[in-house]
Amino acid sequence: MTALDDQPWDLVIVGGGNAALCAAIEAAEAGLKPLILEAAPKPYRGGNSRHTRNFRCMHRGPLSVLTGAYEEDEYFDDLIRVTKGETDEGLARMTIRTSEECLPWMEAHGIAFQPSLSGTLSLSRTNAFFLGGGKALVNAYYNTAHDLGVTTAYEAEVTQIHVTGPRFEGVTAKIAGQETRIEGRGLILASGGFQADLDWLARAWGPAARNFLIRGTPYNRGVPLKQMLDHGADSVGDPTQCHAVAIDGRAAKFDGGIVTRLDCVPFSIVVNRNGDRFYDEGEDVWPKRYAIWGRLVAAQPEQVAYSIIDAKSRDLFMPSVYPPVEADTLDGLAQKLGLPGTKLRETVEAFNAACRDGDFHPTELDGLSTEGLTPPKTNWARPITEPPFYGYSLRPGVTFTYLGLKVDETARVAGPAGRFDNIWAAGEIMAGSILGQGYLAGFGMTIGTVFGRIAGQEAAAHV
Amino acid sequence: MFDRIEDEAPTLTATDEARRQVEICNACRYCEGYCAVFPSAFSQRAFSDGDITQLASLCHNCRGCYYACQYTEPHEFALNLPRALAEVRVESWDRFAWPGGFARLFQRSGGALALMLVLGIAALFWALTALAPASGEGFYAYLSHAAMVAIFAPPFLLPLAAIAIGLRRYWAEVGGQRIRWPHLKAAFADAATMRNLSGGAAEGCNFEKGDRYSQARRHAHQAVFWGFLLCFAATSSGTVLHYVFDMPAPYGLFSLPKLLGLPGGLLLTVGAIGLIALKFKADTHLGAPEVWGGEVAFVALLGLTGLTGLLLYFATGTALVAPLLALHLGTVLAFFLTTPYSKMVHGFYRMAALIRDAQRKQG
Ligand SMILES: Cc1cc2nc3c(=O)[nH]c(=O)nc-3n(C[C@H](O)[C@H](O)[C@H](O)COP(=O)(O)OP(=O)(O)OC[C@H]3O[C@@H](n4cnc5c(N)ncnc54)[C@H](O)[C@@H]3O)c2cc1C
Ligand code: HEM
Ligand code: SF4
Ligand code: SF4
Repeated sequence: MTALDDQPWDLVIVGGGNAALCAAIEAAEAGLKPLILEAAPKPYRGGNSRHTRNFRCMHRGPLSVLTGAYEEDEYFDDLIRVTKGETDEGLARMTIRTSEECLPWMEAHGIAFQPSLSGTLSLSRTNAFFLGGGKALVNAYYNTAHDLGVTTAYEAEVTQIHVTGPRFEGVTAKIAGQETRIEGRGLILASGGFQADLDWLARAWGPAARNFLIRGTPYNRGVPLKQMLDHGADSVGDPTQCHAVAIDGRAAKFDGGIVTRLDCVPFSIVVNRNGDRFYDEGEDVWPKRYAIWGRLVAAQPEQVAYSIIDAKSRDLFMPSVYPPVEADTLDGLAQKLGLPGTKLRETVEAFNAACRDGDFHPTELDGLSTEGLTPPKTNWARPITEPPFYGYSLRPGVTFTYLGLKVDETARVAGPAGRFDNIWAAGEIMAGSILGQGYLAGFGMTIGTVFGRIAGQEAAAHV
Repeated sequence: MFDRIEDEAPTLTATDEARRQVEICNACRYCEGYCAVFPSAFSQRAFSDGDITQLASLCHNCRGCYYACQYTEPHEFALNLPRALAEVRVESWDRFAWPGGFARLFQRSGGALALMLVLGIAALFWALTALAPASGEGFYAYLSHAAMVAIFAPPFLLPLAAIAIGLRRYWAEVGGQRIRWPHLKAAFADAATMRNLSGGAAEGCNFEKGDRYSQARRHAHQAVFWGFLLCFAATSSGTVLHYVFDMPAPYGLFSLPKLLGLPGGLLLTVGAIGLIALKFKADTHLGAPEVWGGEVAFVALLGLTGLTGLLLYFATGTALVAPLLALHLGTVLAFFLTTPYSKMVHGFYRMAALIRDAQRKQG
């Protein structure tokens, strides 16, 4: 590898995920010599992008693996519904429109797509799935970037960003344990959110956040974001909020990824440590509810909850990566889960007594609701009676944080005295501009691809 | 070489490890598009030993799912599905082989295969001197047709019987059903194109260039596969000419045995050299490392059958025919005798797995 510190680089890119790679490829194709500084070691390169499976893409007719059409207005409506209006309409519409040309661009740069995965057929029109998932995508982009002459340093965590007035000068990075100053003529920040810094999360969210699990990479600790905020960069997004879903409570602290997903909740009752139910488990189909359950579980004692089903429901949802806790009696299950046995039995009995007869349809809202129970269960309410009984623990799993850098449609970062001369941001680190609240499946990769490419092109035009 | 057989007790740990990994895949499903293994796995929730055997035999060791996996080491899930399934294949071929024990030897030990080769060649040299006919044309001047048939019929037919026993065991373990024509059609189409080495849409496999895709292994295998079938067809056509049309060898260049055999021998030789070269470039830890040597020896043996056949053809009319004939026929003998126990059985079990998968898909 060339000595990293013996030249001013055309372009320094902080981060090694989707947004960074799209930026590096565009910049290199325009003739720059970019340097990627990736905090993670090579096997873990690619941040949260390595955990993804698809991106959401506008298209006016069938496009590659995408069926039918998904036009700008429908896409925008879907976005408004989840963000409840917390979006910059101009940036959002530009992102949506540009997504259409991203798909062929991705294919031309090594990404292979496949039809929707089994169990996600509802997304076959709106989301294009990466063959092999996000790590295959990341690998393909690294190969393309390296073929174009991009240099990559792994285990290179940027600790400081040096800015004079509106100009970026260089970064300090810890490379193989050594602090190294690296000069550059332009900077692209693509280092994701700060969710892996549990102290920061606890300051923002409250001490309970220490019990949260982080679904993705441990390397997104927000150091570059914090540096830029200290330099007076404009921020966007609620600094106290994170996107959290309910995942398997037994998952590792970091990098559990997609397999820690649990789909049992709609067919179960969910109790907290005290054995009490606390929310309507059957409010809607699971893809529309798993995000609010992160928050619900976060509000329970010790940030944990337990989803209880019986033998009838065992095969109704995608298999879990950890087998459920199993027992022939409710008391036995309570004991294994560490729940108060009498209380759990009472809760289940009260629930069973509130169930009524009716047709059960696992794949649609069947209106099979409890009567006279608070909180009610408004769909899929069937008595829990048939042994063996199964229990899954649930914990909040953080996907990303909302606080980010404010950018314009050229991905340029703004500071105290207007735009910085030579600093751009792409991906999760600026996503708050468009996704102020909620989440739309596949939109994170869309933002990263669109803004990564723009940042790379803009850097090439301005450094 | 032989003492290694003793210290490996038969266990099902390879199956258990593969099951652990496949269950993680079943919660993830990202690799669904790479090959037939995943759609087959994802049609189930629980995996019996037979299910794992079937998945392992479907896996073409393209390694796409290794490089795509976010759960490979150092992640705690330690996914390495290509290796886990390769280990299951090795173990299952040991288990199905009849008589037991030979597969343990010939799969793992390149030395044992080499020894067979030496024995085969020696046997042929002996036959050439001991059974030299009084008269005859072409090869038959050195070894009569009757002697050749006497030498080769048993080593050809007995291994076929042994393989049939292994296949029956396989079929019972994976719960195979009655085979119908559409199953065979689908399976042959998959094998003929090596569809499962195509990497889904990503143009080839990840065998020798890390996470980059390459068609090299697929093309080299095509060469070996078709080369072998052509050679086989050449020999068969010779047999038919001999018995049905009363046209004994030698045959001219424009005869069926030569038209099939020459390109066949070339493809077989070139393909085998290619496969060996690729094996030296590839990461051994994404396959079953303990059989690497046995595999290389098997590919070399296969390539030698082609090469010695070609040499024999080019030596026609020279003094080299006798030694080359011994070399070629000895190689063929060693190849046939070890077929049920060497890597060669993969063709049969893989074919069975493709048929079984066609049954699953077609219902
Ligand atoms: C489990 C999971 C599944 C997801 N699935 C999808 C999906 O299917 N579709 C979708 O659109 N979105 C999905 N998302 C969201 C998606 O991952 C993000 O929106 C997207 O990956 C963001 O890309 P990025 O390049 O901005 O950040 P990342 O891919 O997270 O990359 C950030 C990079 O910055 C590096 N870094 C951080 N700090 C430093 C530093 N100080 N110095 C140097 N480098 C640093 C990191 O190591 C990393 O390489 C998922 C998220 C998770 C957690
Ligand atoms: C019946 C269909 C067949 C299928 C589906 C098949 C499939 C495969 C696959 C997937 C591999 C690579 C994976 C591995 O190393 O285990 C392989 C290797 C190989 N095959 Fe086949 N094969 C078939 C028939 C044949 C035939 C007829 C021959 C020739 C005699 C042959 C010769 C080889 C050789 C030489 C190798 C390389 C072994 C190695 O590298 O270790 N195959 N085959
Ligand atoms: S190999 Fe890894 S990425 Fe592929 S399906 Fe299995 S767990 Fe998922
Ligand atoms: S190695 Fe290739 S053929 Fe085997 S399971 Fe993985 S993707 Fe399928």
